[in-house]
Amino acid sequence: MTKTVIEVKGLSKKFGEFNALDQIDFQVNEGEIIGFLGPNGSGKTTTIRLLLGLLSPSAGKAWVLGFDSFKQSEEVRSRVGYMSQKFAIYDDLTVRENLEFYAGVYGIHDQRRVIEVCEQIGLEAQFNGLTRDLSTGWRQRLALGIALIHQPRLLFLDEPTSGVDPNARRLFWDLIYSLANQGVTILVTTHYMDEAEYCGRVAIMRDGKILAMDTPSGLKQTIVTGEVVEIATPHLTECLTWTETQEMIRHSSLSGDHLKVILAGGFNISDLNEALRVTLLNIDELKITEPGLDDVFALLTSGL
Amino acid sequence: MIKASGLRKSFGTLEAVKDVSLHIQPGEIYGLVGADGAGKTTTLRLLIGALKADAGSVEICGYDVGSQVEQARSQVGYLSQKFSLYEDLTVLENIHFFAEVRGMHRSEWQPRSDEILDFVGLSEFKERFAGKLSGGMKQKLGLATALVSKPRVLLLDEPTTGVDPVTRQEFWKLMIKLSRASGPEGYSVLLTTPYMDEAARCNRIGFMKNGTIIREGTPTQIRESFQNSVIEVQVDGGQHVKEILSKIAGVEDVRAFGDRLHLIVNKDDVDQITISATKQIKESGYQLRSLKRIVPTLEDAFISLSADDGGTQ
Repeated sequence: MTKTVIEVKGLSKKFGEFNALDQIDFQVNEGEIIGFLGPNGSGKTTTIRLLLGLLSPSAGKAWVLGFDSFKQSEEVRSRVGYMSQKFAIYDDLTVRENLEFYAGVYGIHDQRRVIEVCEQIGLEAQFNGLTRDLSTGWRQRLALGIALIHQPRLLFLDEPTSGVDPNARRLFWDLIYSLANQGVTILVTTHYMDEAEYCGRVAIMRDGKILAMDTPSGLKQTIVTGEVVEIATPHLTECLTWTETQEMIRHSSLSGDHLKVILAGGFNISDLNEALRVTLLNIDELKITEPGLDDVFALLTSGL
Repeated sequence: MIKASGLRKSFGTLEAVKDVSLHIQPGEIYGLVGADGAGKTTTLRLLIGALKADAGSVEICGYDVGSQVEQARSQVGYLSQKFSLYEDLTVLENIHFFAEVRGMHRSEWQPRSDEILDFVGLSEFKERFAGKLSGGMKQKLGLATALVSKPRVLLLDEPTTGVDPVTRQEFWKLMIKLSRASGPEGYSVLLTTPYMDEAARCNRIGFMKNGTIIREGTPTQIRESFQNSVIEVQVDGGQHVKEILSKIAGVEDVRAFGDRLHLIVNKDDVDQITISATKQIKESGYQLRSLKRIVPTLEDAFISLSADDGGTQ
């Protein structure tokens, strides 16, 4: 039996005339890792703040772990871990002191829990070291440890790995996966496509709306219906102009030495090759590439 | 256009940049990638002479940054991470301000500012206060102020961080137009980014870690330098399947990617691993939805690179 951990219905938030969140609906089950993907200002952080009852909605309802986010926000907050973008870690305290401080905030005075969390995030070696000496990757893990101190069943991570290298991010995500395996539900926000690939399901946000929500593979299959082709050419800008006028091309994007085009359903690389031949543009290579979430995002937002 | 050799810079006991050399050609877009603290921004600051190197030399368009810093800087447009615009000045006034700071005369900057606003697509917003621009427009104005003095080298520190994909696409169009402009108008662009999907768009990438460039090449070269093959598996059963697969001989690593697993395997063992992975998943009673060899991503290559290099931290 899957248990519903978050349920949101018709949730909206206005700041003055600005629709920060516009009628969103979604549901999250226990143990899922959900990504909220969208540019700055698309409503990701507002969603988290509403779910935690830190903001009151303009319309709609939200339940978190069975509690009403707006009428029972104390209950929600005591059961949810939140790692915000600008997390307060005290630089002149040690790793241990930071963990103890936040444990105290939640009324936890058991040393064993502090040590347990420290082991969980792999910071044993730095336990008595000053926080200011930690690298960005380690700081992020400490922030995660702090969010975990009261053994929450649900974790909100707001842009958790901005500024870390791919390997540190990999290690961070391995931690997230092991938490999910223990039944912890995780909601992550990010504005980077490659990070969203790590999530079990992804909600794509723009202008306060959820444009689509599915597994990364599901999104690619249902939204990118034609082949994705890379065109290597010395005539980049001319070729781009050409692609923008072609009916068989739904979207094109530019890189330093190639173009990537998404073909409309029913068209393939040989149709493209045929059409390009007539243009007399020099083409070095055409090759099919795997669709990515950036292609999904581009197609979803191109009509807006 | 940019020639740096043997650059070093320490802050106290921290060696921020150790032995960095760069050679960037006209028309090239070069991406310096790496984590926060890898030394990207320090390298940029050494290149414009905002910091003095402990050792090594920099030449910009033939001018030595140590001894001819004024001439060298006149060739450079620089956009820092926290670039400042005057929010209570209009778009046009901001450009004029930055032009005059760079010693341009009215007869020079007046025609130039029209040209540049047209280029970045802000002509219609000339009279708007900078404080009233959207994030993407502010970024374009930042770029315009860096371009006003007709530099030949552009140094951009994380220009697209926090910018939405649509604006990013416009930004790349501008970069490519600039770098492709022929003759003396052609630019060299050096930008920094912590993200691989961004790096994949550059002509060449240098991956920085702990103050050194540990790998350099085109995105394709770097992907191809990845010694292993990648098999993508889609299967129900999560962690348990991950454990089963990691025990198969020849599987170096199993990385979870959302609803998929990436098996990092020896090139020679692909076929044999494909067979045994399929068999073992079926025997364990899980449903295999797909299993295929995929092209390694830049991310795959860099995870291995930074791990080979002696751990992450």
